[in-house]
Parts: sequence; structure tokens; C-alpha cells
Amino acid sequence: MSITSILLIIGLFSISGYYAGLKKSLVLRENKKFHSAPIYHGALLAINSSLSSIFFIISWLIIEKNFYTDLESFRNILYIISIIIFLTVSLLTFKKIKHDFQARDNLEKIIQYFLLVCSLLAILVTIGIFLSVIFESNKFFGVISITEFLFGTHWSPQMPIREDQAGSSGAFGAVPLFAGTFLIAFISMCIAGPIGLMSAIYLSEYASKKTRSIVKPLTEILAGIPTVVYGFFAVVVVAPFIRNTGSNFGIEIASESALAAGLVMGIMIIPFVSSISDDVINSVPQNLKNGSLGVGATKSETIKKVIIPAALPGIIGGLLLAVSRAIGETMIVVMAAGMSANLTANPFEAVTTVTVQIVVLLVGDQEFDSPKTLAAFALGLVLFIITLILNYIALHVVRKYREQYE
Amino acid sequence: MYNTDVMNDNKNIIDSDDLISQTPSKLDNAKTVGNIHVEDPRIIAKNINVYYDNKIAINNVSIDIGKNEVLAMIGPSGCGKSTFLRCFNRMNDTIESCIVEGELYLDNENILDKKTDVVPLRAKVGMVFQKPNPFPKSVYDNVAYGPKIHGMAKNKIELDEIVIKSLEKAGLYEEVKDRLDTPGTSLSGGQQQRLCIARTIAVNPEVILMDEPCSALDPIATARIEELIYELKENFTIIIVTHSMQQAARVSQRTAYFHLGSLIEVGSTDKIFTTPQHKLTESYITGRFG
Repeated sequence: MSITSILLIIGLFSISGYYAGLKKSLVLRENKKFHSAPIYHGALLAINSSLSSIFFIISWLIIEKNFYTDLESFRNILYIISIIIFLTVSLLTFKKIKHDFQARDNLEKIIQYFLLVCSLLAILVTIGIFLSVIFESNKFFGVISITEFLFGTHWSPQMPIREDQAGSSGAFGAVPLFAGTFLIAFISMCIAGPIGLMSAIYLSEYASKKTRSIVKPLTEILAGIPTVVYGFFAVVVVAPFIRNTGSNFGIEIASESALAAGLVMGIMIIPFVSSISDDVINSVPQNLKNGSLGVGATKSETIKKVIIPAALPGIIGGLLLAVSRAIGETMIVVMAAGMSANLTANPFEAVTTVTVQIVVLLVGDQEFDSPKTLAAFALGLVLFIITLILNYIALHVVRKYREQYE
Repeated sequence: MYNTDVMNDNKNIIDSDDLISQTPSKLDNAKTVGNIHVEDPRIIAKNINVYYDNKIAINNVSIDIGKNEVLAMIGPSGCGKSTFLRCFNRMNDTIESCIVEGELYLDNENILDKKTDVVPLRAKVGMVFQKPNPFPKSVYDNVAYGPKIHGMAKNKIELDEIVIKSLEKAGLYEEVKDRLDTPGTSLSGGQQQRLCIARTIAVNPEVILMDEPCSALDPIATARIEELIYELKENFTIIIVTHSMQQAARVSQRTAYFHLGSLIEVGSTDKIFTTPQHKLTESYITGRFG
């Protein structure tokens, strides 16, 4: 016997329990008016008994794994008890089936709790991630001071293995990483912001229904391309193109540059910006547009002077969401932006970002107690906090804007 | 589309009970009762048809509108009076599926002609909408919006003058003169609607279209707007769509009754409300349906 087979047995029992409950209430219903429909009685019986025995099995397993490992030799007892629990609960519920038994309300309550657990799960996981990152970062900040990490301008995450090793003193100043991250995010927003916004204006105001129905899904396909494919595109097409163009003008451009990564990331974010802006522009009431057209404004005057100002808060919210997306993006920058932690504002040079360094620090065989690997968690924590703040502001702005018109 | 046999046979026999349940296309034989012509017409509408996706919404309507007169258009919901109103400033252009046929002359120019530029037309024929729709801008900017677009003021002083004059004409200036820079949306509903009227007046229109301008307002605000319409009639030709027959009786000189896309009866407001000639008009006015 194994856990799988016992679960199978419980499943089969539940099905027969369902029919038993159904049958009993169907029979009893002949004589008396019932509070709940027969299927509720059957379903409640099945769910009640299977849930209680599964709950028992899970608790047993947890105790066995964590506290009393010897319990493993008593597995057979576990199976027997769980079947007994199943049968007892079934019998109790079966006995309760009467004309005035509120099976429907009971069942709905159980489902309600189930839904609650599902929604709590997402929150709990987020909190768990946050705590684990904080825990690891804390270890890191025990070795490297938090001010050195946040304000140091030199990044070279090496740690000597032996005391007398030469040339391996580490430096953990994260400023070049964040500078690189924001530089690339800035370049990508310079591409995605205007293009996304203008395509949204075209789609929502000028395009005919037919054009819209073709163009909109096509732009949204851009969002579905895996980022690693964008990375190829950046490395194989965009970076050489930029380098060649630069050398034609006598400008030296590194083969891995912030510009190449930023450009491609900008293209990736376009659908993000355009679809949010499109929604926001569409939710500007027709009434306002009519008011403007009604005094003889042209379409473009209406868009510039009424629609865009009215939609601006929502558009800004959308842009902020896009920025936090750009900051957290990893794959394109790993492939196209380079690894060297230069503190520069020159888009033609190679820079590195927070996400790239996290990848570099954690790839391969690593020991999880050296500051080198722990630095990844500290970087992750700061990144997490930045995007959290950005998302919060963005969602707040978007919601406030929605309230204005609803 | 036209069934000539029926037209000839039933020319003068119009059974109202039958008509109420009919679809617009079956009403071809309904001939407008009353005099559609006026002595000194400002606007002449000839055989206007409007379709939405091939469904007919306005069926062969012809009517004259005189200078400095207030014409009220009444009728049950969905009878096409708003659609007809929106022909006068080509607002129907903004609806993709809407097709307008016929001729509509304003100062001897057919405004339904494809060559007519809608921008000067809409400055000349202003519109006030059912729901007050001030822009989310200041009171001042709301009124200055049109004049700025049309370049009507050379400098700030002229613009100020236009704004103040328009607000005065709309009877709003006294109430808002101390808060011209507060958002237009912060005014009360009635004030907002008068602000929209001021915005319309600011571009010097000659005709003002009003699409149920009081339907979102309380009785006091409504009375204020009605007074205003009465004053505005000195300078403007006004066409007003309304659901309130009392309002039509109070503000208009002539009334047009629409039913299922057809113009059933036109006449002086007094006559329409006291001695309607068409059975449908009579049953609508006496409250049998609508």
C-alpha cells in the first residue's frame, strides 16, 4: 500500500458516498419538503469525509517528517485510521440527512473557506519570498556594511579563499549596477513610451474597427515572445548593426552596449505601454470628445487638448508599470548588455545590471555562506523593494484615475 | 423601399393603433401633418434619411426652421429626434455605421455635402449635450477652449473679454466670477450645464442644438436653463430635443412630433398642444404612450 493508492481509495469512497447521500435525500424527499436539493447532501457527504481523512493523512505525514521519524514503520496504521475516519464522518453526515438539514449552507461555507485559502496562498507566498530574501540579505549585511553596499561605487564581487591570496579583495558597491539598470530602463522607456503611446492613440482614435481587430492582436503577440528570443535578436542583429553604424561615423561602440539592450527591451515593452494606454484612452467618456468636437475642434485638437490630458494620470501609471518591468527584466540584458560594472552614462559602453549580476553570482557551484553569493540576495531585496514601490504608485495612480470617471 | 400602392391607397387614412406597433420602414406612407414650411427659413431640411448599419432611423423628414425661433422636437424614446438633431452639425459623422442622406441647407449651403468642412460648421452650429460635459479643466479654460482653437482672440485681454461675455450670456458669471480657475467639474450640475452653454456660445454660433439639456438636472436648475433659452432666442436659432412636454410648451414657438423615425406633425407650439391634428400626436400629448 502507498499514499497514492490510499488516496485513490478515498476518491472512490467519496464517489459512492456522494451517491449514497443523493439516494437517501431523494428517497426522503418523497414525503417531506427538503431544505436543500439532493445534490448538496451528496456533495457535502463526499467532501466532508474525504477532507477529514486527507487532513488526517497530511498532519500525520508532517509530524512524521519533522518530529518522529519512527512513525514511518506504522504507515499501515495510518491507512487504517484514515479509512476509519472516512467511514465515521460519512456515517455521521449520512445520519444527519433530514428534511431540515442545511446541507447547502454547510457546503457553501466549506467552499468559501477553500476560496479563502486559495487567495491567502498568493499573499503567503509573497511574504515567504520576502522573508527568505531578507534573511539571506541580513547575513550579507553582517559581513559588508549596508552603506558600503548602497553607496559604494566599485563592484567586484570576489572573496579570497585563502588569507594570502593575491588580487582578490572584494568590493560590493552596488551603485554601478543600479546606474546600469536605470540607464537601460531609461533607454527602453525612450523607445517604448512614445511609440507605445502613439500606437495607442492610433488604435483607439483613428483606426477603423477592422484595422484595430488586426493590428491590436498583432502588437500583443510582441508580448508573447520569450525574452531569450529578444536576447538573440539583440546580440545577433541589433548590437552589430549599432556597432557598424557607429564605426561609420567614427564612434567606437562596444559590441555589448547599453544601447543595444535598451533598444530591444524597449521593443519588448511597447505592447505593454500601448495596451494600457489604449484602455485608458478608451475609458475617456465619449461625452467629453463630443463636447470638444461640438465647438468645432478637429480630431487632433480634441486628442491633444482633451483626451490626452484627461487620460494622462492613467497613462503615467501604465508607464510606471512598464518601468518596473524594464528594471526587473533579465534575459535581454544578460545576453546584450555585458558583464562589466562600469559607472557610466554613455549608452555606447557595456554596462551591467542588477539582474545580470544576480545571475552571475548564483550560476555554477557556489557556497551559500560567502558574501559573494549572499550579495545576490541583497541585490534582489533592493530590486524587489524598488519595483514594489513603483508598482504601488502606479496602481494607485491608475485606480484614482478610474474613480474619476466611474 | 417605398410601397407605392399602399402610399396611394392609404394616403389619408392613418390608423394610430396600427402605427404604434409598426417598424419605421412600414411608416413610409405617413405624411407629415401641419405646415413644415416657414416664411423666412434659416435652415431647410429636405428628405433626410438616416441609417445605422442599414437599419433606418430617420425616414424621409423635411422641415424648415425659421430665424430666431425655438423649435422643440418631441416624441417617444427611440423615435430618432436626437439622431435628426445630430445631422445639423454633422455629429453623426463620428459614428462609423451611420449614413445620412438628403439635403440640409444652412444659409443656402448644403451642409450634408461631403465637401463641407465640419470644423467651421460646428463653430456656427453649436451643441449642448444631454449630460453636462465640462472638460476636466478650469472654468475659464472650458469657455476659452473654443475661441483658442479658432484663434478668435489676439491676446489675453480679448480672450478674457470673450470668456466673461459668454459666461454672462449663459447667466453664470455672477456665480463663478471669483473662482474662474477652479475645475469646471467641481460646479453643480445646473452650473455645469450653463458652463457648457457658455462654452458653446463663446465661439459665436448662429444656431444652437440642445439634446435634452435638462434631463440630468433638478427642477430649479431646469427653470434657470429654460429662462436662459428664452433669452438666447433673441440672438440664436435654437433647436431643442426634449422629453418634457411642459418644457417644449414653455420654451418653443414651434413643435415637431417624431414617431419611429418619421416626422408626424409640425405646427406652432400652441396648436400642437391644444388641437393636435394627428391621432399619434394626440395620444402622445395626452400621455397614452411614450
